Amino acid sequence: MSDVTRATAAELGRMIGAGEVSAEEVTRAHLDRIAAVDGQVHAFLHVDAEGAIAAARAVDSARARGEKLGPLAGVPIAIKDVIATKGVPTTCASKILEGWRPPYDATIMERINAAGMVMLGKTNMDEFAMGSSTEYSAYGPTRNPWDLGRIPGGSGGGSAAAVAAYEAPLAIGTDTGGSIRQPGAVTGTVGSKPTYGGTSRYGLVAFSSSLDTPGPVTRTVLDAALLHEVIGGHDPRDSTSIPAPLPAIVEAARLGATGDLSGVRIGLVREFAGEGAEPGVAAAVREAIEALVKLGAEVVEVSCPHFEYALPAYYLIAPSEASSNLARFDAVRYGLRVGDDGQHSLEEVMSLTREAGFGPEVKRRIMLGTYALSSGYYEAYYGQAQKVRTLITNDFKAAFEQVDVLVSPTTPFVAFPFGSRTSDPYQMYLADLYTIPTNLYGGPAISVPAGLSEGLPVGLQIMAPTMADDRMYRVAAALETVIPPLTPPALSGSNS
Amino acid sequence: MTITAPPEFEQVVARYEPVIGLETHVELGTNTKMFCGCPTEFGAEPNTQVCPVCLGLPGSLPVANKAAIEATIRIGLALNCSIASWCRFARKNYFYPDMPKDYQISQYDEPLCVDGYLDVEVEGQTVRVGIERVHLEEDTGKTLHLGGATGRIHGATESLVDYNRAGIPLVEIVTKPVAGTGALAPEVARAYVTELRDIIRSLGVSDVRMEQGSLRCDVNTSLNRPGDDWGTRTETKNVNSLRSVERAVRSEMLRQASVLDAGGTITQETRHFQEDTGDTRSGRSKEEATDYRYFPDPDLVPLAPDPAWVEELKAAMPEPPRVHRERLREQWGISELDMQSVINAGAVELIEATVAAGASPDAARKWWLGELARRANETGAELAEVGATPAHVAELQRLVDEGKLTDKLARTVLEGVVAGEGSPAEVVAARGLEVVSDTGALTAAVDEAIAANPDVAQKVRDGKVAAAGALVGAVMKATRGQADAKTVRELILSRLGAV
Repeated sequence: MSDVTRATAAELGRMIGAGEVSAEEVTRAHLDRIAAVDGQVHAFLHVDAEGAIAAARAVDSARARGEKLGPLAGVPIAIKDVIATKGVPTTCASKILEGWRPPYDATIMERINAAGMVMLGKTNMDEFAMGSSTEYSAYGPTRNPWDLGRIPGGSGGGSAAAVAAYEAPLAIGTDTGGSIRQPGAVTGTVGSKPTYGGTSRYGLVAFSSSLDTPGPVTRTVLDAALLHEVIGGHDPRDSTSIPAPLPAIVEAARLGATGDLSGVRIGLVREFAGEGAEPGVAAAVREAIEALVKLGAEVVEVSCPHFEYALPAYYLIAPSEASSNLARFDAVRYGLRVGDDGQHSLEEVMSLTREAGFGPEVKRRIMLGTYALSSGYYEAYYGQAQKVRTLITNDFKAAFEQVDVLVSPTTPFVAFPFGSRTSDPYQMYLADLYTIPTNLYGGPAISVPAGLSEGLPVGLQIMAPTMADDRMYRVAAALETVIPPLTPPALSGSNS
Repeated sequence: MTITAPPEFEQVVARYEPVIGLETHVELGTNTKMFCGCPTEFGAEPNTQVCPVCLGLPGSLPVANKAAIEATIRIGLALNCSIASWCRFARKNYFYPDMPKDYQISQYDEPLCVDGYLDVEVEGQTVRVGIERVHLEEDTGKTLHLGGATGRIHGATESLVDYNRAGIPLVEIVTKPVAGTGALAPEVARAYVTELRDIIRSLGVSDVRMEQGSLRCDVNTSLNRPGDDWGTRTETKNVNSLRSVERAVRSEMLRQASVLDAGGTITQETRHFQEDTGDTRSGRSKEEATDYRYFPDPDLVPLAPDPAWVEELKAAMPEPPRVHRERLREQWGISELDMQSVINAGAVELIEATVAAGASPDAARKWWLGELARRANETGAELAEVGATPAHVAELQRLVDEGKLTDKLARTVLEGVVAGEGSPAEVVAARGLEVVSDTGALTAAVDEAIAANPDVAQKVRDGKVAAAGALVGAVMKATRGQADAKTVRELILSRLGAV
């Protein structure tokens, strides 16, 4: 049998459904791969081997009973540690939640379980999804399978690295300012951020409620669409969930795979052109766009004059919401408790716990947000940022009157070496320069491999109007016919 | 500052004009909590009516309860408010262990109902109390601080938190400042809360029981000299009964006047009403006001009540208590003054229910305002909590009407009912209190009395009917008061041929 860890999720689902391989064999192969390489990659914070094998066996029994299986039944998946998983540790890569086992499953976990998918474990991330490198994980960084001296992106570096290193064919990420797409770009994987409200946030530990969006991390566009279809759709437990059916995304991915983009209008954002993408990144993206043109797409330049204010607006809105969302970690009900020795007051216990339990980037954002929401500053900061958000949304709407999708580099630079951007938060924030506008607007966007620059992956970002996720899948799948999935160099200790 | 004796209330209102304001919280009686499906019953074991949402577990999200929104709109309509066509929930951020998320979902600058009024009657005058806003929020949990002297968090060695109450829908009703009521200010405050309670009860959206905390009231009070700007106000909390509302305003007016008289200034602060002494004590100062960092809750979508729905709710509003009371007054055929006593005693609904259970309005009124009001007064209980129900009273009166109980016996039976011995019929049976109406037994008792008092009997036979009283007394004694005196008298007269 060929190495099942190299197969796509779509292939694995088909093979398991046809009885060519058992779900348990597939799961064991991935657990073996994790055991072999995760010591170097550190994509996982927790591996639930027992639970995974039990889930795989349940699928095999169901098949043996003649039950009809879904397209991803028995396919393993890694889950970002910000998603609540019943009975399985969920830490958000923070000391403050060390050892917390949620008594409930996130909606998307319920759907993943109902689809017969097999959770392998929980993946590493920047603490509370704040960061672009996983260097802010309280449990040590994840390493990029393309170069173990470099970052895998963030915040969802663990999910992206797990998929890139063949530890899992699929993973779940969450995208608040680029946390699915930027790791996808720098690890050579596909990272899809659905329309805000198109995937449920119930059970996603909130960073910034108006921006957080769970979505797929995969090696192929079709796999992303298949996973998106499993987790997507209205959830009555999330008030911001859109009460409408998902667009036909799997169909769109299959249509794109025919390699025909005739009639598709692609927009290039003029205001992004001058902004600092590395030359190698810019070149790879240019080539990818030329490839799209060869497939029949028409390219148009559009203007989005307010995009330049996206980064500052984001760094007011997201920290403001975070400062409130993270208040609940107060040592009273769960998680870490420091100073409960009869010598300290309740207030002191809360302070000591938060002091010890939160890392530097989380504290920085809580302070930023607390300031931005405080009386007398609210209008100047949070209020103003909301106005910018409206202007950016209007820019998108105007652009989508002219074009079907917008494209750009996913991130301005390839995977950078550890420690090179932690001393200057702004340099780190720049990693999300191209991804943040979409979050402020709420539309879908996907990052797909667009080749290499100096031997490291580059991502092309494709943005679409809200609830037109199908468009980005079509264009992404078409590009895949020209630029096939990338394979990282072999990791030591493994035969690949 | 010299210490002066506390001024008399009449002197205070001669020198100062009070301005009052009331903030009332009403726990809605919805089946489920504001943002989750947990039950809302009062008195369950601690932390048994909770889920990831109302415990604020990481990842959980709120979904607004439509029944609570409807109830709030109906309260707003009953208070003559405008209903917002679009509004939002906001987060009120502060750290406290009884708040699972360390923020409360409330409403800030976009309340659901605004700008209404409520007319209340005080001593024949109608006072219009302006309503600033009516908004919807979630209740907090309850904390119990142990080991300290005060029961407050400071000094406690241990604190217990019960989250059953966390997330119960809470409606906050804020009045505009009420000025110009002078000496009537305390009564206006009480009349407002009473009227508000009756309105909310008539809507059926809350049981509005102050003693269980489903109706809570904070009272703002300030004084100013005539012609001056309004004074600095204090906010009095822990006001847990209608009577306390009135007492709190009165005592705060007296306290502030005594400070001002001595040349002092009023500190803007929270004060706590002391039920035992009837005065207020300083709580935390508001000088360092907490910055709640309100912002629209991004987890919830804006609330946009369909105007057609609001119109539907408006059309289905019940009769306002004032109108209802006037109708009852006419039905009962009593004067406005008599009706006022009924209202003051908090007996309107009790009498209404007693009449509905079959008693005549006069009889119902007689029991509730007489024997039962006296008893409630003695024990300090609300009339409705006195131990007898409208059904009991109606049954008691029926027994009297049927001649099975005398008035005097009925009062004894009522004592038994109030003491929890059961319904009137059960008390009658258990205590053996029924009127002796068996004429055979009575005749025997009468004959015995006549035989034992031949001199008296002869006087009666001779036409001195008044002398029969002694014989009646003897018979009543022999029957331990369980005979009807009138019947006994008639029997004696007929046996002696005096009729």
